[in-house]
Amino acid sequence: MNTNNKKAWLYLLPATLFLAAFLVYPLIDVFIYSVEEGYNFASQTYFGTGTYNFSYVLHDPYFLQALKNTFILVIITVPVSTGLALLISVGLSSIRPLRELYQTVYFLPYVTNTLAVGLVFMILFQKTEYTDGLVNLMISLFGGEAVDFIDGPYWAKMFVLCFYTIWVVMPFKILVLTSALASVNQDYYRAARVDGTPRFRVFTRITLPMISPMIFYLVITGFIGAFKAYSDAVALFGTDLNAAGMNTIVGYVYDMLYGDSGGYPSYASAAAVILFVIVLTITCVNLLVSRKRVEY
Amino acid sequence: MKIVLQNLTKTFPGRGRKVQNDVTAVDDLSCEIPDGELIALLGPSGCGKSTTLNLLCGLEKPTSGKIFFGEDDITGLPPELRGVGMVFQNYALYPHLTVRQNILFPLENLKGKDKLSKQEMQERAEETARLVQIEELIDRKPKELSGGQQQRVAIARALVKMPRVLLLDEPLSNLDARLRLQTREEIRKIQKKTGITTVFVTHDQDEAMSISDRIAVMREGVLMQMGRPQEVYDNPANLFVAKFLGTPPINVFEGRVREGRLIIGDEAVLPAEGISDQQVWVGVRPEGFVLKEDGPLSCRLNRVEIMGRDISVISSHEACTSQTIRAIIGAETRVDTAASEVRFALKPGKVFLFHKETEERIL
Amino acid sequence: MEKQAEYEKMQKAAGRREKIRKTLTYVGLSVWALIVLFPFYWMLLTSVKSYGAYNAEHIPSFFTLSPTLQNYIDAFTQVPLGGYLMNTVIFAVLTTLFMVIVSVLAAYAFARLKFRGKNLLFTLFLSMMMIPSELVVITNFVTVTNLDLRNTFTGLVLPSVTSVFYIYLLKENFEQVPDELYRAAKVDGTSDLKYLLKVMVPICRPTIVTVTILKIIECWNSYVWPRLITDDPAYYLVSNGIQEIRENGFGRENIPAMMAAVVVISVPLIILFLVFRRKIMEGVSRGGMKG
Repeated sequence: MNTNNKKAWLYLLPATLFLAAFLVYPLIDVFIYSVEEGYNFASQTYFGTGTYNFSYVLHDPYFLQALKNTFILVIITVPVSTGLALLISVGLSSIRPLRELYQTVYFLPYVTNTLAVGLVFMILFQKTEYTDGLVNLMISLFGGEAVDFIDGPYWAKMFVLCFYTIWVVMPFKILVLTSALASVNQDYYRAARVDGTPRFRVFTRITLPMISPMIFYLVITGFIGAFKAYSDAVALFGTDLNAAGMNTIVGYVYDMLYGDSGGYPSYASAAAVILFVIVLTITCVNLLVSRKRVEY
Repeated sequence: MKIVLQNLTKTFPGRGRKVQNDVTAVDDLSCEIPDGELIALLGPSGCGKSTTLNLLCGLEKPTSGKIFFGEDDITGLPPELRGVGMVFQNYALYPHLTVRQNILFPLENLKGKDKLSKQEMQERAEETARLVQIEELIDRKPKELSGGQQQRVAIARALVKMPRVLLLDEPLSNLDARLRLQTREEIRKIQKKTGITTVFVTHDQDEAMSISDRIAVMREGVLMQMGRPQEVYDNPANLFVAKFLGTPPINVFEGRVREGRLIIGDEAVLPAEGISDQQVWVGVRPEGFVLKEDGPLSCRLNRVEIMGRDISVISSHEACTSQTIRAIIGAETRVDTAASEVRFALKPGKVFLFHKETEERIL
Repeated sequence: MEKQAEYEKMQKAAGRREKIRKTLTYVGLSVWALIVLFPFYWMLLTSVKSYGAYNAEHIPSFFTLSPTLQNYIDAFTQVPLGGYLMNTVIFAVLTTLFMVIVSVLAAYAFARLKFRGKNLLFTLFLSMMMIPSELVVITNFVTVTNLDLRNTFTGLVLPSVTSVFYIYLLKENFEQVPDELYRAAKVDGTSDLKYLLKVMVPICRPTIVTVTILKIIECWNSYVWPRLITDDPAYYLVSNGIQEIRENGFGRENIPAMMAAVVVISVPLIILFLVFRRKIMEGVSRGGMKG
């Protein structure tokens, strides 16, 4: 038994070491950083503990901008992408020919480099002195006014960001929902057909409740993912997100840590902790709601 | 409601890509199910009985042939216009709805002149729940019920819209042995009380024999025989039906008819008048054997099982197609268990002769 | 009979509705497929337009009659795209290799070996799945900086190695291998390590392959950590490389060359996806998350 114990620990040693060094220790440390005031990166000294870091972050206009951006992004992308994915998945499972092809196509964004493909979206939406870009061409075809979505008004930039974020998160949601739909026992549908249940009622009374656990799973992971949005924004607007006014909370954390405005791990930690608290709260609320609504 | 099937055929397109082998699940099926009876569709798996049920309820469209409920040709009608209630093998109770909501579900679909008020719906649901004796479970979820209770909820859901025909797909296969006995009585009782023409599918001949008014034995899509259980048992139309019905199963021997006498091995066991000389299959029901010291059929005795009510004599004979012969005789008969040989006489009504090739009954 | 006629009318109407519904479904699905595919088409198209032709188009054209590969040559010669690709391959291979070794060992211990505190430790491991990477990145950045590992592969790889989720996935799979095999091997005097390598790994190869591919995709697309830890372009991965190209590369306006770089970066993963489509989709639907 003793040798067995030793052997098991030997097998677990690498994983445990890695996790302890790069996951557990940093987790504890980030909370410590967040309360150390006036931490100096070079000398690694600080002169006190307290909540100053939090109050600094919460009064920083860049952080407030990032907070606002992130919340708008979350509120728009999570419902839209989940709803759209549901619509597409239901459509997908109602057809036979070409289904595999569509599924493959829909999954493509998952395996592409977010940063790289973001550039394509940038040139599609951008308006430069040479060209209005393809999207603006479409808009003017329908009699609209050309807008620069990348360097223009706030709502336009937010629109592109939401659009691209949805484009990126859809594959995962479609995949999860199509497999959820496929796993519903066909007998329920046959029973409903014998009773002459209208299509819409089948959807609301049978399909939706049956896949509701998966929908809630997607909503929760969607919230978490959207709150951590960052690279989508970088892909569209470049690394200086503060200047573009399109920063996100995670972006703020990294900017505080490193880069032109970097060197403040304490502020970064405080912002990260705030993000963590927000995500945790929303996840708990979600879980409580789903406990009540998802009943089997 | 009388049900008439006319030359009903259903073929499914074959699976293979190159060779298109169509599968005929139901082959030219014609029969008539009298009003108010309980009918068992019986056969081994893959015999087309479930497809027949699906054709009856409208989930499948027949390739050819017609179905009548009473005088109405309902062949082309969708399930909801046929007035059928269906109970699925795994019950297909909606897990997120309570028993009451499950039973109400079909009623809420009714439209137009059939539409019921909320009050009426509730009354109908409760009435049906009472009929199947689940009224005290009505506000529970399906997963809180036992298998037998779920079965009753499924039946209630099928009955609540007052169908003209009730269809049950393997209704007892998901229950354990004890519940099965109890539930089949229950089904019988409910059917008698409501008087709804009921068709159920089963592969268990015991189940079929015990509760149905008539059984229809199917094999590879073809209806082999239909009739009252005892009738079919006593007069099987062919070797397949004879072998499929009865526990313990019928004993089959190779035999021949010579000059009006049936010969098994070397012994003439029974007169077989009016039958030309030929090779035949001989089926003898276990209760068709009579222990007799000078009986014509001599078998090697293997062992004797005393079951209380009666005695099973297990023996063997070269001409028998299976390794052992099981004969059942009354418990009052004395058997010499030490003997190495037993001699039987055969009861004429329990012995059937079948054609060697067609396996059709000749006597 | 009357009913029959009435029903036939209904049937016709239902058939028509069904057809319209089907058509709408296909149209809707195709619209989304178009939205998904169009950026890829546009990126390919732009990458083969010549610089002059692209800039002369005030109204973007949907095709080009004179495709050129010049942009691809530019992408490899004017900016160190080859270097970025090489770095990413090295990073992905090293990280994935370490990850697989570490995870297989840990998963084996959890799945097969008996030791005190196993359940507690496994629960701890699982709870680590909840830790958001954004929280730990800060300290890791400080740690790696202090260890003087910035702009090294060691610094890049080490914090990216562990993945609790993959350990969990492998453990689940290992547990499906019947106990009898292990006992038989023990009777034959096989050591645990040999059993792991000769029996477990081959039997569970499909899952290990899935895990490997998912990790490679993750590495190929990773952006945040490499950005924090490298400021020397010689160590840039593709994600940072493409940002660098965008900001300081060909001169801001050489969009065709930029698109060529984007194509070069995207193609390897798309090929990997098309080859291992089923595996990847199955793995992801079992709980993979992007980022």
